[in-house]
Amino acid sequence: MALDTAPKGWRSFARYSMLTIVALFILFPVYTTVIAALKPGNKVLDNPLLPNAFTLDVLKNAWTEGRLGRYLMNTTIVAVIVTSVQLVTSIASAYAFSFLKFPLKRLVFGIFLSTLLVPLEVTLVINRRTIDSLGWLNSFQGLTVPFIATAFGTFLLRQVFMQIPPDLREAAQMDGLGHWGFMKEVAIPLVRPTLGALGLFSFLASWNQYLWPSLITTKDDMNTVQTGLRHLASSDLDKPNLIMAGTIIAAVPILIVLVVFQKQLVRGLTAGAVKG
Amino acid sequence: MAIKSRRLREIPLAFAMLGPSLLVLLTFVLYPLGKAVWLGQQTCDVQGKNCKSVGWGQYTNVVKSDQFQHALWVTVKFAMITVPIGLVLGVGLAILADKQLRGMRFFRTIFSSTIATSVAVASLMWLFLLQPSVGVLANLSWLHNIFPVIKEPGLLNDSGTALWSVGISSIWANLGFTFILVTAGLQSVPKEMHESAYVDGAGGWMRFTNVTLPLISPTLLFTTVVLTSRAFQAYGEMDLLTNGGPIPQDSTTSVTYLIYGSSSIIKNNDGLQAAVAVLLFVILLALSALQFRGFGKRVHYGS
Repeated sequence: MALDTAPKGWRSFARYSMLTIVALFILFPVYTTVIAALKPGNKVLDNPLLPNAFTLDVLKNAWTEGRLGRYLMNTTIVAVIVTSVQLVTSIASAYAFSFLKFPLKRLVFGIFLSTLLVPLEVTLVINRRTIDSLGWLNSFQGLTVPFIATAFGTFLLRQVFMQIPPDLREAAQMDGLGHWGFMKEVAIPLVRPTLGALGLFSFLASWNQYLWPSLITTKDDMNTVQTGLRHLASSDLDKPNLIMAGTIIAAVPILIVLVVFQKQLVRGLTAGAVKG
Repeated sequence: MAIKSRRLREIPLAFAMLGPSLLVLLTFVLYPLGKAVWLGQQTCDVQGKNCKSVGWGQYTNVVKSDQFQHALWVTVKFAMITVPIGLVLGVGLAILADKQLRGMRFFRTIFSSTIATSVAVASLMWLFLLQPSVGVLANLSWLHNIFPVIKEPGLLNDSGTALWSVGISSIWANLGFTFILVTAGLQSVPKEMHESAYVDGAGGWMRFTNVTLPLISPTLLFTTVVLTSRAFQAYGEMDLLTNGGPIPQDSTTSVTYLIYGSSSIIKNNDGLQAAVAVLLFVILLALSALQFRGFGKRVHYGS
């Protein structure tokens, strides 16, 4: 390689230049979005690459008239419910599969396993009908209930539970520690890092849902951030700065969550890649 | 005897712990799958009510129809655009940033950043770039003088460029995800492997193909499978950027868009939607089986 033989300073200069060029390419759509959101309407199309005007009014407008505030609240409620209930149901079912003895265990386990093969897009045609017949269109129940249990979370936690030697459970039982105590004292502390990764994963997945909320939401009051942006884009295409302000407001909370939970992110994303 | 009684004694507890999950999974995953298979041979009125069986031939009719075959072809093309390019770019970025240099954290953060964009956020950012009247590119006169298609009819409205445009937006949105995964894979490659290859006189490219690539192949397999399944399930990009169009070629009507899209030809036909959804399920199953068989043998899982 030519670069290997080049002098050291020159080599790192070449690498920095490449890193910078690539970074600029990646940030280009973000840059155009940010400067558009900070321009008044009459200046947006003048010179789309230069920040030749500045105002915060558009962001304020997107929050109030564009209703991003409302959408953010809806999404937060949905994501928090889905994530927290999902953690509870995953812990419970993973615990049952790992430490309880009961008939038909293999069959029930097989049912859980089989749901992993079914993509969301396949079930939503029927789920929309189910939610409709339950009277849950335009409701938080409709947005959350189908997602409050996952086989993915169950398996992820079960993998960790299975590392606890059966003898330990037997010994704890001898000492009079029931299932509840064992779960609190031994099992849950052991899976805490995995819970963090799973929680972040569920939160992101729920926050980013697009197809499902767009299928069961017809009232603007129930729009999540994602479907709300869709609403904004279709009704205000003549105000691109307003739409871009909306996308910024929609992206910032997730950006903050990701910065805070960086460690869990890599763990969560690689959970599927590294087995065992 | 003691074990037997324990099996029975723990039934109520097991039921309480598994019941809620089981109920949700049965109601919202397995029942809809079975019901979709059944609904796929029915036809309903426009409200989706009064469904009557019209025979399993409906599936064959769907498979034979131009609309389904077209949507499948669009989906395959979309995957062939987004998966290889996305993977190569992700690996390239990860290698570029895989060096302990000052400020590398900064670049890694930028390269990961698109993971924070949902499909709606990413698509709207690209809509603002590509849209032919209010878009950024369309308002740079020097640019659309060279490439008139940017303004007339617009990259998203030209049947030749629409799918590529949607694809680029999707590649960009997935880049952070691929970068993070490949970076994690690279960091798990032991340094000594590189050093011994270096001592043996292997150049940069040799070390990459003979040491790095085999060791990160499980990561690459996983990333490929995830990117492919994302491409086959892509919906939001099409919904926001092109609405499945441009019409009449329906250049970006993917299989998922055909099922759920607001301007899809079958949007008021629950029976056909179910049939296409079931076919999508079969395709995705076959695809992941194929990928694991095809790559599985060549993947190096370490020792």
